[in-house]
Amino acid sequence: MTEPIVSIRGVSKKFPGGVIAVDNVSIDIAQNEFFALLGPSGCGKTTLLRMISGLETPTEGQIMIGGEDMALTPPNKRPTNMVFQSYAVFPHMTVEDNVAYGLRVTGVAEDETKRRTAEALEMVKLPHLAKRKPDQMSGGQRQRVALARALVKRPKVLLLDEPLSALDAKLRDDMRMELTRLQETVGITFIIVTHDQDEALSMASRIAVLDKGAVQQIATPSELYEHPQTRFVADFIGKVNLIDAKVMSRKGKDLICEAKGLGKMSVSTDKTCGDAIAIAVRPEKLKLTKEKPAGAKLMTVKGKVRDVAYYGDTSHVVVSTADDIDLQVNVQNDTRTGGAGVERGQNIWVSWAPDDSIVLTE
Amino acid sequence: MDNWKDNKNVFWTLAGPGTFWLVMFFVVPLAFLFIMSFGGKAIINGEMSITEYDYFTGFGNYLRSLDPLYLGIMWKTIWVSAIATVLCLVTAYPIAFGICFAPERWKPILLMLVVLPFWINLLIRTYALIAVFRTQGYVNLALGTVGLGPYEMLYNNFAVIFGLVYVYMPFMVLPLYATIERLDKSFLEASLDLGASQYTTFLKVTVPLTMPGIVTGVILVFIPCLGSFLTPDLLGGANAVMIGNVIERQFKAANDWPFGAAISFMLMFATFAALMLRAFIASRSRGVDV
Amino acid sequence: MATQPKPGSGPLDYGSRLWLKILFIVIYIMLYVPIITLIAFSFNTDKRGVVWRGFTLDNYTKAWNNSALIEAMTNSLTIAFIATIISTIIGAMVAVMLWRFRFFGKGTYEAFMGLPIVIPEICMGVALLLFFNVSGMMNFVVAMPWPLNLANIVIAHVAFCFPFVTIVVRSRLVGFNRQLEEASKDLGASEWQTFWKVIVPFMMPGLVAGALLAFTLSLDDFVITFFTSGPETVTFPVKVYSLVRRGVSPEINAASTVLIVITVVATIIAMKLQAPEKSGKG
Repeated sequence: MTEPIVSIRGVSKKFPGGVIAVDNVSIDIAQNEFFALLGPSGCGKTTLLRMISGLETPTEGQIMIGGEDMALTPPNKRPTNMVFQSYAVFPHMTVEDNVAYGLRVTGVAEDETKRRTAEALEMVKLPHLAKRKPDQMSGGQRQRVALARALVKRPKVLLLDEPLSALDAKLRDDMRMELTRLQETVGITFIIVTHDQDEALSMASRIAVLDKGAVQQIATPSELYEHPQTRFVADFIGKVNLIDAKVMSRKGKDLICEAKGLGKMSVSTDKTCGDAIAIAVRPEKLKLTKEKPAGAKLMTVKGKVRDVAYYGDTSHVVVSTADDIDLQVNVQNDTRTGGAGVERGQNIWVSWAPDDSIVLTE
Repeated sequence: MDNWKDNKNVFWTLAGPGTFWLVMFFVVPLAFLFIMSFGGKAIINGEMSITEYDYFTGFGNYLRSLDPLYLGIMWKTIWVSAIATVLCLVTAYPIAFGICFAPERWKPILLMLVVLPFWINLLIRTYALIAVFRTQGYVNLALGTVGLGPYEMLYNNFAVIFGLVYVYMPFMVLPLYATIERLDKSFLEASLDLGASQYTTFLKVTVPLTMPGIVTGVILVFIPCLGSFLTPDLLGGANAVMIGNVIERQFKAANDWPFGAAISFMLMFATFAALMLRAFIASRSRGVDV
Repeated sequence: MATQPKPGSGPLDYGSRLWLKILFIVIYIMLYVPIITLIAFSFNTDKRGVVWRGFTLDNYTKAWNNSALIEAMTNSLTIAFIATIISTIIGAMVAVMLWRFRFFGKGTYEAFMGLPIVIPEICMGVALLLFFNVSGMMNFVVAMPWPLNLANIVIAHVAFCFPFVTIVVRSRLVGFNRQLEEASKDLGASEWQTFWKVIVPFMMPGLVAGALLAFTLSLDDFVITFFTSGPETVTFPVKVYSLVRRGVSPEINAASTVLIVITVVATIIAMKLQAPEKSGKG
């Protein structure tokens, strides 16, 4: 990466009382990226975002924005602006005054302020509401005011805290497209915080997955989905079958393992691993057949259908194998013959290509 | 919630005593006072009586209360109360603000410490101030050790204002604290994030959004100040007379009850005017409502 | 801004700012110094109460032996006691009525209930003085034996205390789940039984807090008492007032300290009772 716009180096945040919210996190974010901090509640992502904005200060580590150390820079002097989860649109000012606020308090000339405010309102499609007060507007509209208010300042980095969580499903889709479009038009780096993996996967160009204050993996969405590095990431993103296995013999990259409930498996991996590993397979990579499928390299398991859940476009089938190991299989209902074509109690074969097995060491 | 007609017996049993008490011992006395305010000293055998009163002699008392002497005192009462209220606000706001941002476990203690003096008898607190401010009092003693003073700190407007602030400041902290506590702190963060300094944030965001609490606190202090009698009596002496003292005098020493009644009602009108003002401001502001 | 921020503190961390801490300490000291010196000097041997000469409990003994002072104190406590009981009962009844029923003109009635709190005390005091005189109650009551001669003062105190009790009890009732009341009736209890066995126990913390509030208000009151007490009946604050007009003396300090202690203890108990209510009963 050329000089990253935001560089988080070894940042930790410890609260009095011993709570470690952020634990030695290092992330580099490139210019013009749409970056997401993803993780469950309490994983430290919001704290990290606030430290970038200056509203919290790290107990250890450094935060660099645009190549400069931000340690002595208070939030009102940083080249970042934030869209808060509650939007924080000032209730005692009109939409126009809200958007113009950041310009007026930094001494921008009044005519330039008016011009830029009008532009910003255009950008979020709210010029007709300029004189309205926030309490007369819907949540979605207020969010756009908050966006305009932040963007009018032309920050180097725009920070968004859970931007889609308060919106209903339809608005969420609209806003998602809106945000992606805005980011490309305006050409600023966006950093969003979210606990919703759908949001992160569909909007971001790169994602940092966090758990308990530490970084689990930083990668592109497809990389995270198809090549998770840890059990946590594999499990948090999408659905996954996690199988414990013991390594019996190795030859270079190839391993022969004894997998719980599935018998012998051969996998290959670049990682160095000990004897206990986990093998992850995504449910949509598994195929169901009535007879044992041909194909020498295929991984095959015999089992019994335990449950079928029909979702219209897909069916989620749970197959029970030896040792009570359940495998989740997602079947595309690609014909109109009503579902996966299996029923409870049926004997069935599950198979997948060995390349679809992901080896996880932690 | 039930309709009262569904259970008339219970309704009247519960409402009866309270309503009776208020009507009998509050409304009726005030009505008597009102009637008396139109009365005057009776003329018996061509001479003005000292103890007997006539009723309905007209608006004489009210006109007299508009006399420059009394108008001046009323005006001064308003002034002194206003200054005391402003000083209360200026001292109470940082306290309320600080308590809001204090560590959780300190909050109830700090609040209780501020409010506790308020529960101590007004008389005793005012008396304590006499010991502090008089010529041989503690302040002058302390100043004396560095060669300053002694200063005449008692029996003047300064003492009365200080006394009023001292007595009513805790009363201002509570509504301020309630409003500031309910203020969404992300407004302050947003303001800082957008580039405003702490000072600008305070003026443009914090104060407007806490205005309802400020208005409530101001009213809660201003009205008792207007009607205060004890503080100017003990601390002000003859130099700092307020409306409350005038009223007291009419009913005790000067024995002109009708006039006292009229002034009492002037005071009540001033009080209601202040309350109307508060309601008006509250309905127009857009802050966090208390 | 050139000052190095403390690691771990944020821009909204006002609680840790030095100037705020200093301001706090200064204001709290100014609030308490007069009171503390008053209490401290009640133990002083110096008659004029200015310079510290020595620790003594003499002032307390003198105050105890001052029969007029003791009588005044007894009167105050008796009035407060009786007024509290009446105020609490009446105030609670009004609170229950307001909580339970809606009726035409409720808003006006509630404003009416708030009048004693809003009207300047001095106006109420003189109005009651007038009322008691004109109705002849002043002469009638004052001639009665103790404690009935305190009746006027008690009546006046109840009038301005019970609205406060109503407010306190009402705020407690807001948390009451009406389904408990319905369950009680469903199980066969009458209106009266339900009231005593279900509603009153829930109200209890509010009742106690309201009672303590009424007690403090009554004990401390000066203005209204000043106007409604006849020449023979003196309460404690009124007595102290007449002493104060004559000048500062450590005896007053001693008597005042006793009153402070009673007030503070009552207030702390009342506040402690308000807090556990949040851990939700019922």
